[in-house]
Amino acid sequence: MATWDWQVFCKETTTGDAVSGCFGRGGDVTYLDWMLSAWGWTLGVALLAMGVALLVGSLMGILRTVPDKRLVFIGEVWTELFRNIPLLVQIFLWYHVLPSLFKPLQGVPSFLLVVVALGFFTSARISEQVKAGIQSLPGGQRYAGLAMGLTLPQTYRYVLLPMAFRTVIPPLTSEAMNIVKNSSVAFAVSIAELTMFAMQAGEETSRTMEMYLAVTALYFVSAFAINRLALFLETRVRVPGILGAK
Amino acid sequence: MNLDFSFLSADVLSNFVLKGLIFSFQLTLVAMLGGIILGTALALMRLSGKPWLAVPAAAYVNTMRSIPLVMVILWFFLLMPLLLGRPLGAEVSAMVTFTLFEAAYYSEIMRAGIQSVPKGQVSAGQAVGMTYPQTMQYIVLPQAFRNMLPVLLTQTIILFQDTSLVYAIGAYDLLKGFEIAGKNFNRPVETYLVAAGVYFVICFSLSMLVRRLQKKIAIIR
Repeated sequence: MATWDWQVFCKETTTGDAVSGCFGRGGDVTYLDWMLSAWGWTLGVALLAMGVALLVGSLMGILRTVPDKRLVFIGEVWTELFRNIPLLVQIFLWYHVLPSLFKPLQGVPSFLLVVVALGFFTSARISEQVKAGIQSLPGGQRYAGLAMGLTLPQTYRYVLLPMAFRTVIPPLTSEAMNIVKNSSVAFAVSIAELTMFAMQAGEETSRTMEMYLAVTALYFVSAFAINRLALFLETRVRVPGILGAK
Repeated sequence: MNLDFSFLSADVLSNFVLKGLIFSFQLTLVAMLGGIILGTALALMRLSGKPWLAVPAAAYVNTMRSIPLVMVILWFFLLMPLLLGRPLGAEVSAMVTFTLFEAAYYSEIMRAGIQSVPKGQVSAGQAVGMTYPQTMQYIVLPQAFRNMLPVLLTQTIILFQDTSLVYAIGAYDLLKGFEIAGKNFNRPVETYLVAAGVYFVICFSLSMLVRRLQKKIAIIR
């Protein structure tokens, strides 16, 4: 580990020749090219999974706060199920188990299976946040909505959710940062994301330390970018007068 | 495809799975105890008000918390043999990694717990002539632990789930035990399903216990 060799990123991945300018041309791929594409996969998995998690998690969180006991039960079961099985095991279930039980799933690319696995796993956490957000509102808001003649869905749409979603932005931010970190588990089913890149490129070049450092830095950058983005969003949607508005 | 669980006899379970289950529990226990001790130290450093203690502790905690656990596992597996000068088994490496990694998360819980104790308690301790360590030991920490016990235990359940990530360095844990059994009998689908079931039962019952405990020990002020 005595010397660093950052030039390794400029090498072509199959021939090992150094490429001037570090970006491969005409079908050549350098380790730098590979790493940037891996970063793209990491962000792609994370963002899509966050979309799935937000949709499903919000739905399940809302279900857990409605008067109908059956809907509450569905939300509870969903949350407990996806919260109490390790992410890696859930990814294996989606990748190895479900396609052999349900034939149509065999044509689905593994990238999408991982997105669903990570999305559903995170949806359980988001459901907790959304439920807590709705329950933190004064009970009178719900009754006021209903008393004005709004239906229950309307009460949620126009009265409860606009407030609840604003209060849960900070915990959702940390979930968004977690999802980038958790996307690293996709290495286990050979998605070409950053962790997979670090393991493979490290082995090929014997420059493991350089590869790990670069990948770790990219994870830092990604998490930091999401943090700033969420902070921006938080200030934009702040309700004047409350919730720490300045 | 038909599922067939009949090959999972008591023999198979004790030959393949038991070893992994024991390791997963061991890893959880070691990382929990070590993590809580180290985490308390880190939290006290951050709350000490002395920059030469607080800054390194904060840097450590924030670094650990922004790197994916899988990468941390890989890093330690790479670095520890270089530092020690001799190869280290995946199991030992996992124990050190998880202890150091979880310490960062436990320390954040500790910090919140300690900060939840009213300031007057510290002043009261000092007023009766206690030193800073005494105030911490006899007044603040006992109350803080009680406040944060449910969160600590929830973090431990997450820790137990995360132990499955030692997959990255090939340590023999609960998941690995099931996987090897599945490969030997050519029944991977069934073994993954059972593995998921086992993890679910363990984590779900633990989280039920935590919830009950939470109701019992809440401090009434």
